Amino acid sequence: MAATARRLSGRSRRTSALLLMLPALAVVLVFFVYPVIALSARSFLEPEPGVSQYVSLFADGTTRTILVRTLVVAALVTAVTLVLAYPYAYLMSLSGPGVRALLLFLVLLPFWSSLMARTFAWIVLLQPRGIVATLLSSIGLGGVPLLGSQVGVTIAMTQVLLPFMVLPLFNTMVRIDRRLLSAAHSMGASKFRALVRVFVPLSMPGVAAGCVIVFVLSIGFWVTPRLIGSPQQSLIGQLIETKVGTLLDFAGAGAISVLLLVITAVLLLVAGAGARLLLGSPDSGGRNDE
Amino acid sequence: MSENTRGGWGLWIWAALVAVLLVAPLLAVVPISFSAKQSFTFPPSSLSLKWYENIVSSPRWWSAIGTSILLGVLVMVICTLLGTAAALGIHRYPGRVGAVVTGILVAPMIIPGIVSAVAIYASYLRWHLTGNLQGFLLAHTVLALPFVVVTVLSSLSSTDPALERAAASLGAGAWRTFARVTLPAIAPSVGAGALFSFVTSFDEVVAASFLQSPVIRTLPIEMFVSVTNQVDPTIAAVSTVILALTTMVVLLPVIVRNRRPKGASS
Repeated sequence: MAATARRLSGRSRRTSALLLMLPALAVVLVFFVYPVIALSARSFLEPEPGVSQYVSLFADGTTRTILVRTLVVAALVTAVTLVLAYPYAYLMSLSGPGVRALLLFLVLLPFWSSLMARTFAWIVLLQPRGIVATLLSSIGLGGVPLLGSQVGVTIAMTQVLLPFMVLPLFNTMVRIDRRLLSAAHSMGASKFRALVRVFVPLSMPGVAAGCVIVFVLSIGFWVTPRLIGSPQQSLIGQLIETKVGTLLDFAGAGAISVLLLVITAVLLLVAGAGARLLLGSPDSGGRNDE
Repeated sequence: MSENTRGGWGLWIWAALVAVLLVAPLLAVVPISFSAKQSFTFPPSSLSLKWYENIVSSPRWWSAIGTSILLGVLVMVICTLLGTAAALGIHRYPGRVGAVVTGILVAPMIIPGIVSAVAIYASYLRWHLTGNLQGFLLAHTVLALPFVVVTVLSSLSSTDPALERAAASLGAGAWRTFARVTLPAIAPSVGAGALFSFVTSFDEVVAASFLQSPVIRTLPIEMFVSVTNQVDPTIAAVSTVILALTTMVVLLPVIVRNRRPKGASS
């Protein structure tokens, strides 16, 4: 009888759970998921059913150039943010509460700040004869065009996306058991060796998460490249915007969108599989329901 | 710990450089906002407050601010209600169903921004949801919802299920258990989720730039249009105000946390 009661309460519990999820689910399905599917579908249906949109996409040299340029910029931004953020997050993870709060504040401030304000700040900084130009010429790199160039876009994107690299790195590093480092050290490994052999592998889930987040955000970035870059050196986001905004070519924009979605999905799958491989088989420790 | 930090001068210098890179660029907007001339020259040659007056006196900027605040509050209310309910549902329905629902609700956070924006625009155009508040509201709701779901869900998974069971076994009904046990436990993360959803809407540029019309513009769109069309330091004044508000919001939890022990003992 107890079992029946439990099963009954289990069923009503599940019904109430479904009712709780329903409103949010309905809104997202109708006003987000359907639009994304509809846009993707148009790329296969217009002007006639088939893959003609994709054939012309890859046949077009300009599109190919823009796609490669976007991937290169995204990879560059990801690499630079990782190099900048790793030591910063490491210091954050090992410092005391006061310093850690300060370092966290310095990351969260740009993270929470308005993207338009930050992009506008970069427009000011990257002006001809602006601060960055002056700094660059003082180290002998004068005359590099910044506003309206790939260099300017990459610099601004790196700064804008840096918090997205620091935060996942810090989240992973702060959970690493420092005693493992001491153990490695006491068994004769040098501090640097202990760091490279013990700490770095354990921080890999954070590295993977940060890299995927920054790369995915980079390939879908539109505001900063649109305002700081130039139409001659546009990224894929600007291409999608041009197709929709000026050409009303939703099918063409849909094809590029599908391409971006596929790249995103592949990255997420690879990172997920990589993280699982690194962490070994899921030990299911500590997560036993009931 | 001191063993690990020793010999870390390089580390400290590197972190200091990164800290400067993170924050210094933001400060560039402040001097420009006090410029007396209509230029973005840094630093300005003479000072004035006219761009701050302009925020209030110019109907363009003022109505954009009004639209953004109204929209942000509406999005915050809807997302907090829908998102918290959904998180509670997902938490009670572990396994495949919960995972699939989570995946769907979080999708707007993962899909590249420009793809979401163009997809939303294409459908909303057919549904007459462009150039009006309803369109902005729906778009921002779906884009901000993941932040509430994720924050509340992570706090639910770290609360002790034994508490709920204890309340139930002591005779509390489902609603009472929720109001007296579950809600107080997740309240801070519901608050954080609410703030996240407001900021997401207040800051959103990409979808808004497709949904906007000259009749209805949010603040980020007004800033976007201003940057592309003219040299108007009002945007620097607006950025400075936003920056000051952001600083307060980020500092708030720190200040509250430092005050709490005193308040709790009294």
